[in-house]
Amino acid sequence: MSDQTHIPAGHDLAPGEEEQHSVGERILGYVVGLVLALLLTATSFFIAGTDLVWQPSIPVALIVLAIAQMGVHLVFFLHITTGPDNTNNVLALAFGLLVVFLVVGGTVWIMSHLNGNMPPMDQIMRMRT
Amino acid sequence: MLGKLDWSAIPFDQPIPLVAGAVVLVAILAVLIWVVVKGHLPYLWHEWITSVDHKRIGVMYILLASVMLLRGGSDAIMMRIQQAVAYQSQGYLPPEHYNQIFSAHGTIMIFFVAMPFVIGLMNLVVPLQLGVRDVAFPTLNSVGFWLTATGALLVNISLVVGEFARTGWLAFPPLSGLSYSPGVGVDYYAWSLQISGVGTLVAGINLVTTVLKLRTRGMNYLRMPMFCWTTLASNLLIVAAFPILTATLAMLLLDRYLGFHFFTNEAGGNVMMFMNLIWAWGHPEVYILVLPAFGIFSEVVSTFSGKALFGYRSMVLATMAICVVSFMVWLHHFFTMGAGPDVNAIFGIASMIIAIPTGVKIYNWLFTMYGGRIRFATPMLWSVGFMVTFIIGGLTGVLVAVPPADFMLHNSMFLVAHFHNVIIGGVLFGAFAGFEYWFPKAFGFRLDERWGKAAFWFTFTGFYVTFMPLYIAGMLGMTRRLQHYDVAAWRPWMIVAAVGMAVLTIGVICQIMQLVVSIRNREALRDRTGDPWDGRSLEWATSSPPPVFNFAFNPDVRGEDAYWDMKIHARQQSFEHEEPEYQDIEMPRNSPTGFVCAFFASIMGFALIWHIWWMVILGGIGAFATFVVFAWRDHDEYVIPAAEVAHIDRVNLEERRSLVSMAGAV
Repeated sequence: MSDQTHIPAGHDLAPGEEEQHSVGERILGYVVGLVLALLLTATSFFIAGTDLVWQPSIPVALIVLAIAQMGVHLVFFLHITTGPDNTNNVLALAFGLLVVFLVVGGTVWIMSHLNGNMPPMDQIMRMRT
Repeated sequence: MLGKLDWSAIPFDQPIPLVAGAVVLVAILAVLIWVVVKGHLPYLWHEWITSVDHKRIGVMYILLASVMLLRGGSDAIMMRIQQAVAYQSQGYLPPEHYNQIFSAHGTIMIFFVAMPFVIGLMNLVVPLQLGVRDVAFPTLNSVGFWLTATGALLVNISLVVGEFARTGWLAFPPLSGLSYSPGVGVDYYAWSLQISGVGTLVAGINLVTTVLKLRTRGMNYLRMPMFCWTTLASNLLIVAAFPILTATLAMLLLDRYLGFHFFTNEAGGNVMMFMNLIWAWGHPEVYILVLPAFGIFSEVVSTFSGKALFGYRSMVLATMAICVVSFMVWLHHFFTMGAGPDVNAIFGIASMIIAIPTGVKIYNWLFTMYGGRIRFATPMLWSVGFMVTFIIGGLTGVLVAVPPADFMLHNSMFLVAHFHNVIIGGVLFGAFAGFEYWFPKAFGFRLDERWGKAAFWFTFTGFYVTFMPLYIAGMLGMTRRLQHYDVAAWRPWMIVAAVGMAVLTIGVICQIMQLVVSIRNREALRDRTGDPWDGRSLEWATSSPPPVFNFAFNPDVRGEDAYWDMKIHARQQSFEHEEPEYQDIEMPRNSPTGFVCAFFASIMGFALIWHIWWMVILGGIGAFATFVVFAWRDHDEYVIPAAEVAHIDRVNLEERRSLVSMAGAV
């Protein structure tokens, strides 16, 4: 199978496939990723319980930290880069994000309207009491 | 020991499923005995069951779809007869049996006919069109097929052991919940879809990777045949949408097995969430089915008009637009459930917008035909029949996309007529067109044209006679899934529809006859050139049937319609006669992984349905062990020596040269 894949237009890397790097460089990359991920996780736990910051900002901070966490995972563990060898991966990621956004966003929107017009049983019960 | 399974599971009091089951069982046994006695078993095992050749797997997919088409078709015949006779009477089918039949009909036709048929055609053709030797993951491909077959097997077992769901093909809760469906019917439904869903997802990943990563030299994205583009779009949708189905059914199963409350009425469950999620998969699903059909029509129309496809780039754009917009319309399946005017308006408009790229495609096909030298061979008949039928179905679709109109037509026979109009007129006609068109490529001989044309005309007329009355009955207020009715005005239309069903059945018989007659006359119908239709894309550049390695040399592609270019080139310069330097070719070894894995998955699925927990564990361990053994393999490729490649290819080239010189003489 290997001799038949004449890859058109530049070499294209699969997710997780490494470019030519030495072992040390690769381990370093993973360690940096791990440290950043741990740092972001610790910060999230810290922020959630703290009273050092203005309280209403906490949810926003958590969302920002979560997005940063995703970024760290994509860059250090899934090796998504902006290089031309990564076009397929970036496009696949964009398509996936679009679909998740449409389905999750659409669901939240639809369900809130459904519940507004026709509240679920237990909500009706609560309204009566 | 055997969970919920005992003798009461066999419906001894119901003659219809029992007799049908017995007939099928006898037929299967007879075929098995014939295979064993004639000594075909080793051949079947080595050449087909364990095969990882994409062409063989494609053929097996289509065979599975054809067998299940007969099963789903029998259900349809029974329903049409029931509605024709059940006026002010109970008809001949008891309600619980009738409910199982319409549920099984929908489930089978979508998951085990339409899906395997289009996936089979994609498997068979796409690697050939891309000019490569196999799909990206050959063994995974085999696993995907056999898991689909497992799902089909479980659905058919439900005919004799236990019962099938009585909930309709999407098993809406709370009806499908434990309190209203305590039997095993919904479990049969859910587990067969979970297992075959894994198979479909695997096939989707495989084909996306194949199109993105394996293309021959010079095959840019914008030189790919249209069918490859629609394959890419359709499989992207599979990868994005099928996990939603799996998750939704998993939640339903948790409700049923472990007392969860995702979709129950009490304890904070929300049944509306099920409608929302299942349609978030369900709408992309219809485009998963119809996009490959659009690709088939593009190939057929351009070949039989003798012209390049009109507006290739607009076709690509329309395909990808449908791919994205199909994720923005799912609410139109439940306009009436109370999301309110602004939500309904947005989704209604989105549903109308998706008709625009589809319209672009229709015009492109029409302009491809305009000014062409059209040959009305059977595949072309199906394509033209599709255009007429699909426009009608599409227009009624735009009509029900208008929320106020939908409030009148929701769940009526009008809706039933609409989706049969697009799925039969779109997907099934496409599948038949592809079947007729690529059959010579797969088997090396053409199909009989007379029987093929008869099949087309009977199916085409039968379709209109069956489904146009259903539009009218819907307008008269008839709702779907009625076991009996008392309204005199509906009766004549139901009788006409039953007559139409008879005509459709003749169409199916013609199709079977076509196969029988063609196999008998195969020597006379032999295709020695590999290019029986004067084709334009690379699958016609190799012999029929293609050698296991497809191409001795990966072809060089210099533009759209790669093979057409080669032919023109060859006519101008005549073939260069020097012998090319053949090389060894490595091909993936056959592997029983798929079959063994599906064998254990079948055991596990059956045990899960009947709550036989020790057997669940056994099947699970078996399936996992199969995977581990495969992962530990040492050799997965074998070498075809250059001499053998040369021998096979020389014969092919000889035929081709004589064809070209003959064409040159004319």
